[in-house]
Amino acid sequence: MIIDTENLRATELRLGLPGADEEAPDRPARGCKRLMTETGSEESGSRIEVLEDDRGPEATVSSKAQVVGWPPIRANRKNVFPGRKAEAEAAGGGGGIYVKVSMDGAPYLRKIDLKLYKSYELLREALEDMFKCFTSGDFSSVTLGGGGSNYAVAYEDKDGDWMLVGDVPWRMFISSCKRLRIMRGSDAKGLSPKFLN
Amino acid sequence: MKQIKWYACKNPKKNIFNPPSVLFHREASPSIRLLNSKTSPIPPPSSPLREVQFAMLGNGDCDDGNDDRCSLNTCGIAQPNSRPAAAASSLVGLPPPFFDQVLDNVLENVLCFLTSHRDRNAASLVCKSWFLAEAQTRLELFIGNCYAVSPARAIGRFRCIQSLVLKGKPRFADFNLIPLGWGARFSPWIAAMAPSYPSLQRICLKRMTVADADLVILATSFPSFRDLTLICCDGFTTAGLAAIAENCRQLRSLDLIENDVEDDDDDGVDWVSCFPPGKTCLESLVFDCVGCAVNLEALESLVARSPSLWRLRVNDYISVGRLFRLMARAPQLTHLGTGSFSSFDGEGDFRASLESAFMASKSLVCISGFRDLAPEYLPSIYPACANLISLNLSYALITTDQLKPVITRCHNLQTFWVLDSVLDEGLQMVAATCKNLRELRVFPLDATEDSEGSVSDVGLVAISEGCKKLQSILYFCQTMTNAAVVAMSNNCQDLVVFRLCIMGRHRPDHLTGEPMDEGFGAIVKNCKNLTRLAVSGLLTDKAFAYIGKYGKLVRTLSVAFAGNSDLGLRYVLEGCPKLQKLEIRDSPFGDTGLLSGIHHYYNMRFLWMSSCKVSVKGCKEVARRLPHMVVEVIRDRLEDDNSVAMEKLYMYRSLAGPRNDAPPFVKLL
Repeated sequence: MIIDTENLRATELRLGLPGADEEAPDRPARGCKRLMTETGSEESGSRIEVLEDDRGPEATVSSKAQVVGWPPIRANRKNVFPGRKAEAEAAGGGGGIYVKVSMDGAPYLRKIDLKLYKSYELLREALEDMFKCFTSGDFSSVTLGGGGSNYAVAYEDKDGDWMLVGDVPWRMFISSCKRLRIMRGSDAKGLSPKFLN
Repeated sequence: MKQIKWYACKNPKKNIFNPPSVLFHREASPSIRLLNSKTSPIPPPSSPLREVQFAMLGNGDCDDGNDDRCSLNTCGIAQPNSRPAAAASSLVGLPPPFFDQVLDNVLENVLCFLTSHRDRNAASLVCKSWFLAEAQTRLELFIGNCYAVSPARAIGRFRCIQSLVLKGKPRFADFNLIPLGWGARFSPWIAAMAPSYPSLQRICLKRMTVADADLVILATSFPSFRDLTLICCDGFTTAGLAAIAENCRQLRSLDLIENDVEDDDDDGVDWVSCFPPGKTCLESLVFDCVGCAVNLEALESLVARSPSLWRLRVNDYISVGRLFRLMARAPQLTHLGTGSFSSFDGEGDFRASLESAFMASKSLVCISGFRDLAPEYLPSIYPACANLISLNLSYALITTDQLKPVITRCHNLQTFWVLDSVLDEGLQMVAATCKNLRELRVFPLDATEDSEGSVSDVGLVAISEGCKKLQSILYFCQTMTNAAVVAMSNNCQDLVVFRLCIMGRHRPDHLTGEPMDEGFGAIVKNCKNLTRLAVSGLLTDKAFAYIGKYGKLVRTLSVAFAGNSDLGLRYVLEGCPKLQKLEIRDSPFGDTGLLSGIHHYYNMRFLWMSSCKVSVKGCKEVARRLPHMVVEVIRDRLEDDNSVAMEKLYMYRSLAGPRNDAPPFVKLL
C-alpha cells in the first residue's frame, strides 16, 4: 500500500499534551471487520490478525472515534451535560460523514460513513470488499493501488473537482470529500498516480 | 470457628443421616457420601465439588464501592452440595428419632448469633446437622450472581429468609458492553419466592431486569415487606412503583438508585398518590432516577405524614421552589437529595426560603442532587455544611471559586463526590479542609478521551497530603504521573479502594514518558488493606507482576487497555488468592493466560474478558476442564459462528448449570 501512514501521522496537526499520545496504529473499523469475516475465508481471517495490533479489535462508534464504553461512565451521568455534547457536535464531532460511492459498471451505489475508517488503507479495503461482487472475472483485479490494479478511486471535493484519493492527509480528506467514485484505471489517466502506486 | 467444628460430630450416633436410602441419591456428591460414612465430616480435598464448595465460601459482600445500600450484613451464597437441600427437606417430615432435638435446638440458638455470611458458610460445612441448623436459621440471603444458583435450590435450602440481596449483570453492562436482553430477570425469582417466603421483608436487587409484573407480585405477596432497593436495574415503569406504594403497607424504604425507569418522559403513572392515606412508616424515599414528573401536592402530603422519614432524594422535576416546602415538612431529614437546584421559569427567587430551610434542617448530614445547578442558589446550603458527612456535587457544574465557600465550611466531610470542573485548585481546597475524608470521587465533566484534562497529578498529590485517612478513591483524569500515585500510596495507607481512570488510553506518565507500572505497583505494595483496584494508562506486564506479588487481599480488579502478554494475566491469577471479580477489556491476554487460572476460577464470582486475544477454543477448554463453570460467549450481533476473533467472554461458577434463558447472541460452551 502506497500511503506512508507513519509519516502522514507525523505531519498531522493535533491537539494533545506533549509526549502524551502514543496511540497504536489505527485499528480496523468495525465495518471493515464485519465485511471481512463475511467472506469466511482463511485469508480474511489472517488479515484480521495482521490488522489487529496488540490491543485487540475494538468496536468504534462513529462520533469522535470513541470506543464503546470508554471512559467507563454510566449513561445517566454522561447525558447530564448536553451543552458539552452540543458544542462537540457543532465542531463536527457528532454524527457520521456519509458519502455515496459509485463504481463504474456497478448497477447501484453504496453509501459509507467515512468516520468509521481511520486511514486510507482501511477505506481501500472496505471498498474492495464492498465492490468485489460487481467485478466480472476474478476478484484479484479489484485492487485499488498496488501493482496491477485496474481501478482507481477518486473523490469529488467541496469545490466540485474530482481528485484522486490519497493525496492529502486523511482528516483533510474526510472533511472535504463529498462523494467517491471507483473508476477504471484507464479513465484515471491524468489524475495523480499516488493512490495507484 | 475452627475449634467448634469437630464437637458435634464426635458421636457417630448423632449423625442423623444413618438411613442410607435417603442420601444415596445418584447425584450425591462425594462429600455427602463421606458425611454419611461417619469418618470425616470434611470432604476430601481432591473432589472438584469440594473445591467449588469451599470456593463459594468466598466473597459475599456486594459492595463495589457504589452502593451505600448494599453493605447489609449479609451472608454468603448457597452451597454447592449436590442435593443436600432435597435430602434435608425429605427428612424434615420424619418422626423424632431421626433428629437429635436437643442438639439442634442448642445449635440453632447459637447460630442465630452468626450474622456474617462467611461464618455462616463455614458453619454449614461442619456436618449435616450444622448444615441443616444453619439453613433453618439464616435470615439474610446474599446471592452475588443470580445465575450461580437456581431459585428453587436456594429456596429449597433456606426456608425462612427475611432479606434477599440479588445481583445480576456484570458491571461492564453499565458501559454498553452487553446487549439488551442478556438476562438477569427477576421474574423467576419472585415467582419462586412469593409462595415460599411469607415473612420476606427486604429485597435489594442490583443490575437485574425487573418487570412491572414482578413488582406487582412482590407488592402483593409479602405482608411484612418493608425495604425495596433497586440499583442499576431496568425493565420497570412507574406502574410498578404504584403497585408497591399502594400495597406495601409496612413500607419503610423505597430506594431507586440509578435505575433505567422506562416510562417516557411525563407519561408516568402518579405513583406518589398511591401511598395509602394517613401516617406512613416511610423512612427512606429515593427516586432521583425516575424520569417522570411526580404529583407535587401528593409528594408534599406524603412527606408531611411520614414522621420517620430520614432520607428523601427527589428527581429533577422538583425545583427549589418545591424543595424548601418539602424540607419544611420534614425537618428531621438527615439525607437530602435535591432535585433541580434552580427555579423553573417564572417561579421566582427562593434563595431566602431555601436558606431558611437549610438552617432549620439541623439534622442534615448528607446532601446530593444539585442537578441543573443555578450558582446563585449554592450559598443556601452554607448553614448546613458544618454538619455534613457526605456531599455529592457530581452533577453540579461548578468552578473552583464556586466550590470554595462550600468546601471550606465542610470540616467534617467524609464522603465527597465532585466534577473535575473544580480543577486541581478545587481539590487542593478539599485537601486543606476535609481532614476526615474517607471517600473521594472525581468525575469528568467531559467524558471523552481527548478532552482537555481538568484535574491531574497535582490534584491527586494534594488530596493524598491533606486527606490521610482516605479509604476509597475514584479519580478520572487525562494524564497522571507515577510520582503522584506513589505519593498517594505512601500518604494514604488506609486505602481499600483505588480506582484511577486515565481516560486517554495507553497514556504513560506525562513527565517521564514511562509506563504507569511503578505507580500502581506502589499502591498494591503500600496499601495493605487494598481490596479493590482499577488500573489504566500505559501498563506493561510488570504492573501485573506487582499486583500478583503484593495484591494479596485484592478481590476486585478492573483492567482496560493494559498489559503486553499472557504473562500479565498469569501473574494476577497465580498471585492473588482472594481475587473474586476480574473484568478485563481490550488487553492482549489470550488462551494461555486464560488457562493459567483454571486452579482459581472456582474461587471467583466471575471473569469478564472482552476484546482480548482469547479464542473460542480456549474457552471451550476451560469449559471442559471446569464442569461447574458456565462459559458465555457474547456477541454484539449474530455473526458467523466460526469467526476466529472472539468478542466477549463472561464466565462464572454455577450450581445451576448453563442457563436456559440465554438470548440468541449468547453462546454457552
